[in-house]
Amino acid sequence: MTTPTTDAPAVREEVLEAVGLTKHFPVSRRLGSLLTRTRPTVHAVDDVHLTLRRGQVTALVGESGSGKSTVARLLAQLYPRTAGTVRLHGEPVTVRGGRPFRAYARRVQLIFQDPFASLNPVHTVRYHLTRALRIHGNAGRTAADLDAALAKLLERVSLTPAERYLDKFPHELSGGQRQRVAIARALGADPDVLLADEPVSMLDVSIRLGVLNLLRDLKERLHLAILYITHDIASARYFADETLVMYAGRLVEGGGSETVTQSPAHPYTRLLIDSAPDPDRITGDAVAAGRERGDGEPPSLIRPPAGCRFHPRCPAAMPRCTTDLPPRLEVGDRPDHWAACWLYDPATVAAAREVNR
Amino acid sequence: MSEPVLEIRKLCVDYGLGDEAVHAVRDVDLTLHRGEVLGLAGESGSGKSTLAYGLTRLLPPPGVISGGEVIYHPVDGPPVDVLSLSPARLRDFRWAETSIVFQGAMNSLNPVHKVSTQLLDVIRAHEPGTTRAARLARARDLLRLVGIAADRLDSYPHQLSGGMRQRVMIAMALALEPQVVIMDEPTTALDVVMQRQILGQLAELRERLGFAVLFITHDLSLLVEFSDRIAIMYGGRIVEEAPAGELYRRALHPYTDGLLHSFPALRGPRRELTGIPGSPPDLRAMPTGCAFHPRCPRAFTPCDAELPLLGPPGDDDPGRAVACWLHPAAAAVPR
Repeated sequence: MTTPTTDAPAVREEVLEAVGLTKHFPVSRRLGSLLTRTRPTVHAVDDVHLTLRRGQVTALVGESGSGKSTVARLLAQLYPRTAGTVRLHGEPVTVRGGRPFRAYARRVQLIFQDPFASLNPVHTVRYHLTRALRIHGNAGRTAADLDAALAKLLERVSLTPAERYLDKFPHELSGGQRQRVAIARALGADPDVLLADEPVSMLDVSIRLGVLNLLRDLKERLHLAILYITHDIASARYFADETLVMYAGRLVEGGGSETVTQSPAHPYTRLLIDSAPDPDRITGDAVAAGRERGDGEPPSLIRPPAGCRFHPRCPAAMPRCTTDLPPRLEVGDRPDHWAACWLYDPATVAAAREVNR
Repeated sequence: MSEPVLEIRKLCVDYGLGDEAVHAVRDVDLTLHRGEVLGLAGESGSGKSTLAYGLTRLLPPPGVISGGEVIYHPVDGPPVDVLSLSPARLRDFRWAETSIVFQGAMNSLNPVHKVSTQLLDVIRAHEPGTTRAARLARARDLLRLVGIAADRLDSYPHQLSGGMRQRVMIAMALALEPQVVIMDEPTTALDVVMQRQILGQLAELRERLGFAVLFITHDLSLLVEFSDRIAIMYGGRIVEEAPAGELYRRALHPYTDGLLHSFPALRGPRRELTGIPGSPPDLRAMPTGCAFHPRCPRAFTPCDAELPLLGPPGDDDPGRAVACWLHPAAAAVPR
């Protein structure tokens, strides 16, 4: 296997692209708001741009409630969007079920967090995989073709020999094996894109890496585009080529994984990295040091803060942050490294230089 | 090292009876000292939660304590064997001497009662002589202690965020100033930012109040940072015990070493990591000898036949213990 990812990935073929992806969920009205015209909504995802490329892993990192799973579901077309476009191989696609949805699902497959819930407990591995192959027309014509396809799927996820696993029920498998079956099922469609929504967070620590390494291996062999959704930024550094950080429904920073984790630009990314457990910081002092930065909680998404959504917690907030939404601004000299933060506004940067001089 | 507050000796816990029984915890020896944070790490199914429930006698059937003893040393007075307390004594002992913050504590508050009702209830049950005003003042203090404004007393649990609910649970656990607080995955359901805030607060409270914490989690990297000593469980047994820093710098048991190499690092060079091959053992069909040998990269002759015992690894490592044939001094001399 090649070593993990270089920092400035060569530009590869775009497979799935989201432009201005937005999703607002309506909230039931309370008595008090009956008189007003506007219906309250949860701003789950606002104006998300992202591109998944062939043979590349893109990580989407954020706390729970930041809208990262909603992005995956929007990309899988499980929810209708409020606004924005999803392009598959450059073609805008909107499907609402039926045949077009199946055709879309053949290209874009979703892997869920909990392999205990995503496999049907009353059916065998053979049933789950056969169904995926049949639905997406990869089962072949004869029983022998089907058996060969099943064996190939299980071999791809390193569940060998296949006969040992084919007739097992989910409860007879360990968590890691179950997640491998879920991945094999997604591969049964022979997709271009895998949307992996926290694929390892329910698994035991010792087997997480096995599953991540498997996904990376698949990416390289099958040239898949993978969206890796996680709350663990260290695993994004390990596994992903590109990392995007999401806060309260908006993307706040993006760039090569090594750049984002080693020189984070947005104050929220810094908070996230400082909060991650780090055994090298032995007891005590780390706790006190963490106290000064960004205490508090994510905002309500029904009435999100104006301007930058992080400003109520941000230690570097300026008056401008409370009113104006920061656009994507280039950071430093790394290509493709950007942050949605006024600290990187050319005018601010120039003024800061002036002061230092 | 300070004096022990809780001693667990040869504790065994089974699920079920007779030949069908599953041995979830076997021959566990563990000592919690006054005022220390002892981390207990292991994968799911390694018996760490069962151990916590066993030593507080909260095991739901079919869980049975099949052997061993749990000795509690009060600040003043003779040691008490927790496992032989009468139901009335046990009720006094629970929460006043040892309290527990449960896994998924976010959901352990009663949704139809206000926070104040639930906090006052604890105090009233154990200190029936107090007046309502005194109890209320106490509840306010407790909330302030964990960093919640006292006016949130009248909130219902659903009006609080996950982090605040967790802090209410911690306040409740500290309500009677126990000597021992057991925390079973207290922050697993929380975000990293909230996790750090709560653990920071906990460390501060411990400095101030001096209780001992048994901290159970599967996240070893968190334990290395927050605890004084760490015990690693595998297949119902403790396989290694050491001061946190030493364990991190030089793990003796191959399983501990594997666990430490299962976390991608945020800093330093990027390395290829492998995790541990294979899957955790099935408690219904445990391997012979050392339970870890089928997954162990360094297994050799005695591992699949003879069970290594927990003991000191050698003369140069005081305060450490390991159960592995690679360190035969430990295995040959049972404590």
